[in-house]
Amino acid sequence: MDAILEDRKSQVKRSGEGSGICCERESVSGAVSQRACVYCGARVVLNPITDACHIVHGPIGCASYTWDIRGSLSSGDETYRNSYSTDLREKDIVFGGAIKLEKAIDELMELKSPRLVFVYATCIVGVIGDDVEAVCRQAQRKWGVRVIPVKAPGFSGTKTQGYKLACDAIMDYITPFAGGKKEFGVNILGDYNLAGELWIMKEYLKEIGVPVMTGITGDSSSQSLELAPRAILNVVQCAGSAAYLAERMEQEMGIPYVKASFFGIADTTASLYRIADAVKSSQARAKAEVFCKAQKAKVLPLVEKRKPRFEGKRAAIFVGGGFKAISLIRQFDELGMKCVLVGTQTGKKDEYEIMSSLLDEDAVLLDDANPAELERFLVEKGADVLVGGVKERPLAYKLGVAFMDHNHERKHALAGFEGIRNFVEELNLSMNSPVWKHL
Amino acid sequence: MLDLTPKEVMARTALRINPCKTCQPVGALFCALGVRKCMPHSHGSQGCVSYHRTVLSRHFKEPAIAASSSFTEGASVFGGRSNLTTAVKNIFDMYNPDIIAVHTTCLSETIGDDLNSYIADLKIPEGKKVVHCNTPSYAGSHIMGFSNMMTGFMSYLTKKTGASNGKTAIFPGWANPGDIRQLKKICSLMNVPIIMFPDHTGVMDAPMTGKYEFYPEGGTTIPEIASLGDCKGVVALGEIASLAPAEMMKKKWEVPFVMLPQPIGVSFTDQFVMALRLVSKTEVPWELEEQRGQLVDLMIDAHQWVYGKKVAIFGDPDTVEGLTSLALEMGLVPKYVITGTPKEEFTKKINRLFSKYSVTDCKAKANSDLFELHQWIKNEPVDLLIGTTYGKQIAKAEDIPFVRAGFPVLDRYGGPLMPIFGYEGGIRMAEKIIGALMDREDRDCADEDLEIVM
Repeated sequence: MDAILEDRKSQVKRSGEGSGICCERESVSGAVSQRACVYCGARVVLNPITDACHIVHGPIGCASYTWDIRGSLSSGDETYRNSYSTDLREKDIVFGGAIKLEKAIDELMELKSPRLVFVYATCIVGVIGDDVEAVCRQAQRKWGVRVIPVKAPGFSGTKTQGYKLACDAIMDYITPFAGGKKEFGVNILGDYNLAGELWIMKEYLKEIGVPVMTGITGDSSSQSLELAPRAILNVVQCAGSAAYLAERMEQEMGIPYVKASFFGIADTTASLYRIADAVKSSQARAKAEVFCKAQKAKVLPLVEKRKPRFEGKRAAIFVGGGFKAISLIRQFDELGMKCVLVGTQTGKKDEYEIMSSLLDEDAVLLDDANPAELERFLVEKGADVLVGGVKERPLAYKLGVAFMDHNHERKHALAGFEGIRNFVEELNLSMNSPVWKHL
Repeated sequence: MLDLTPKEVMARTALRINPCKTCQPVGALFCALGVRKCMPHSHGSQGCVSYHRTVLSRHFKEPAIAASSSFTEGASVFGGRSNLTTAVKNIFDMYNPDIIAVHTTCLSETIGDDLNSYIADLKIPEGKKVVHCNTPSYAGSHIMGFSNMMTGFMSYLTKKTGASNGKTAIFPGWANPGDIRQLKKICSLMNVPIIMFPDHTGVMDAPMTGKYEFYPEGGTTIPEIASLGDCKGVVALGEIASLAPAEMMKKKWEVPFVMLPQPIGVSFTDQFVMALRLVSKTEVPWELEEQRGQLVDLMIDAHQWVYGKKVAIFGDPDTVEGLTSLALEMGLVPKYVITGTPKEEFTKKINRLFSKYSVTDCKAKANSDLFELHQWIKNEPVDLLIGTTYGKQIAKAEDIPFVRAGFPVLDRYGGPLMPIFGYEGGIRMAEKIIGALMDREDRDCADEDLEIVM
C-alpha cells in the first residue's frame, strides 16, 4: 500500500525541503481525511455562547453529532448544551423546509426566551431553496430577539470557511453595539474555554491589571458579547478560527489585535508581555514580569522533576490549527523532547514555515493528513507520543504510542502555567503508564 | 445545573430537542465496517464522514475508517459523478480494500445523484467490488441506514448456486461485538453452522497487537455474503433493522427466515435458542441451560430489590425492545419507553409487551426525543434510567440511577466488549440494574440503616 496519494504529495514535506508545503486546499476525493466541514467550523466557534440556542436546520445528523461534545465550560447559562434541530424529513425536502423552520423558532420562543438564536443551514437547505435569511429576519421582528442565520453547507469549503461564517455572525451580533465609549479592557478571541482555559487567561490578565470584556466565544453570553466593541485590544488565541474576526474588528471598530498563545512557559510569558505592551501599560508590563517569574518558579520544579522521563523522547503532533502546533513544538522543546512529525488540519503557509524553522531537517510536516500517512510516519519516526484529537487517539494506541488529547476532549486545562503542570502530568500518565509493558 | 427542561409539556411539531437518533449514513458506515477488507465510503460532504468516524471511535474506542467524496460547491451543482469516480480510483490505489461500500447522504440524495449508473460506469480493478445503498439522512434514522447498507451489499453480491451451503444466516441487527460473540457462542453450542452478517467482531473490538491494521482480521467476508443466497434459512434479529434484509433474501433467493427480537433477557433469548434448535434438531446443551438457570437464579435472588421499581428506557428500537422485555421479566415497571427512530411498529411492540406483563400507565413512543422523555420524568419520576450516554444529563438533573446500554455510549470503557445478548448478557444487565438500584439505596439511606448484608 502506497501511503501517500500522488495528489497529496505536495501536502507532505520534510522540514528541510525548501520548496514549501502545499496547504489550504480541499481534501482529495477518496482520502480518509481527518477533516471536518464548514458547518463544523461554524458550530465550534459559536457553540460556546452559553445562553444562545443553536438550531440546526437540516436532517437530524448534524445536530446529533454536535450535541454537547465540545467541553466548553460555562460559568452561568447551560442553554448551549441542548441540541435543537428542525429534523427535516422527506416531505420538507420536497416542499421546502422554511415553514418548518419558522414553526421551530416559534416553538422555541414559546418554550423559553433566549436572547440570541443561531440558525445553521446545513448541506441541503440551499439546494431545496429555503430562504433562511428571510425566515430569520421575520422571526427577529416577530419575537424581538436576534435570530442570526449561519449559512454553512458542508460542501462550501473547509472548516476554515465555517470559522469565517461564524466570525461574520458574531460581527452581525456585536456591530449594533459599536461606536460607544472605549474602556480599558481586552477581548480574548479564539478561545473556547475548553477545560476552563479561558478562566485561566482571565485570571492572569486580572493579575496584571487588564480586565477582560468578554471571551469570543469561550464562556460568553449574549450580554458579555455586547461589551466586545468597547475593548481597546483583541487578544487572538486561536488564529485559525479568529484572525479574520480580529481583522474585521480592527477595520470596523478600530480595535487592534495581538496574537497570543498560552501553551507552554515561553509562549505564555511572551503573550502576557505582548498584551501588556499592546495596552501601553508599563504597570501591566511590570506586573506581568513579576507574575510570570513567580509562576515559572512554581512550575519549573515539576518540569525539572519529570524532565528525565521525557528527555530524548520523540513527539508527534497532529492538531487543527498551525498556531497551536507551533506552541506545542516549543513546549516539547522545554521538556527536552524532539518533535519528529507535525501536522495540522488547516495550517497556513506562514505557520508551516515557522514550524520548519523550529524543527530538525528530517522532521515530517503533514497538511490534512489521513490515518495511513499518520501511521506511516509515526512508525517511521519512532514517535513515543502523539498529540491529537479524537480520531487519532485509537490509532496511536493501536501502534503502542502514548497519546494526549489537545483537542476538545481534553479534560484538564492545558493553557497557562497550570496547563504546563497538567501537560506534564498527562504526558507522564500516558507515556509512563505500566500498561505499555504488556505489549 | 443542566436542568433547563420545563415541566410543562408543550406540543411540538417542528422543533426537535435533544434527539434520540441520528442520521442514516452513520448506520451504513457502521454496517460496512462489519465486512472484511471493506472501505466504507460516504458520498457527500466531508463533514459527514468526520462526524460518523468520530462517534464510532468514541463509542468503540477503536479506529473507524471511511472515505469521503468530499463534495465541493461544484459537485453540489453538477452532481457528484466525478467525485465518486476519483474517489474509487484513489481508494483502490491507496488503501487497497477488497470492496468499497458507498452510501449516499442528504446532499447527494437531494441533488439526485444516480449511484446505480455511476457505479455501472466505473472502472473497477479485477477482483474488486463496489456496492452502494441509498441512505437519505432525512428519512428514518441511523438504524434504517444500517439496514439499507445490508440490503445494498446483498443486492450486489448474493447469488444462489442451487447447492445449499448448509449454513444459517444470522442477522444480528445493530449490536456491539460483545453481543455478536455471544450469538456465535450460542450458535456453536447449538451446533448450528452460521454466516454472521454483518460481523463487527475482530474489527470494532480488535486486540492490541502493537500494529495498526487498516483492515483487521474480522468481518463477514465477501464470499460469505455472496453465499447468503445458498443458506438454509435466516434468523433475523431485531425487526426494525433486520426485517428488510431478511425479506430481501426471501424474495430474491427464496431463503426462508424467522423474525425474532434481539435476544435480550430470558424469553427473547429462549426464542433465539428455540429457533436454532429447530435448525439443528439437537437438544439444548447443558451449558446453555446452566446459563439460563443462572440468570433466572440471579433474578430471583435479587427480585425484592427490583420489583415494582419504575424505569425509563430509551435508545434504538430493537435494543430498547429487548431491554424492555428484560426489565419486565425482572419485575421492573417500564414507565416510559422511547426511541427517536420514526417507526410505529416500535410503539405497537412495546405496547404488546406492556399487555403481556399486565403493566398499566406505561408509555411507549417512537419518533420521540430526550427532551420529551425528560419532561415526562419531571411530571412523574422514575427510579432508574436505562439508555445511551445522552441520558446522563437527565440522570444528573433528576438524580436518577443510570445504567448505560445501547449506542452510543461515549463516556465509559469496555462496554462494546461485553454482551447484553444471550443469557450471559442478561446476567450482565441484571447485575448492572440491581447494582444501580442498590447503590442508590446505600447512598440515600440513613447511617443507621446502612446494611452490610443485603
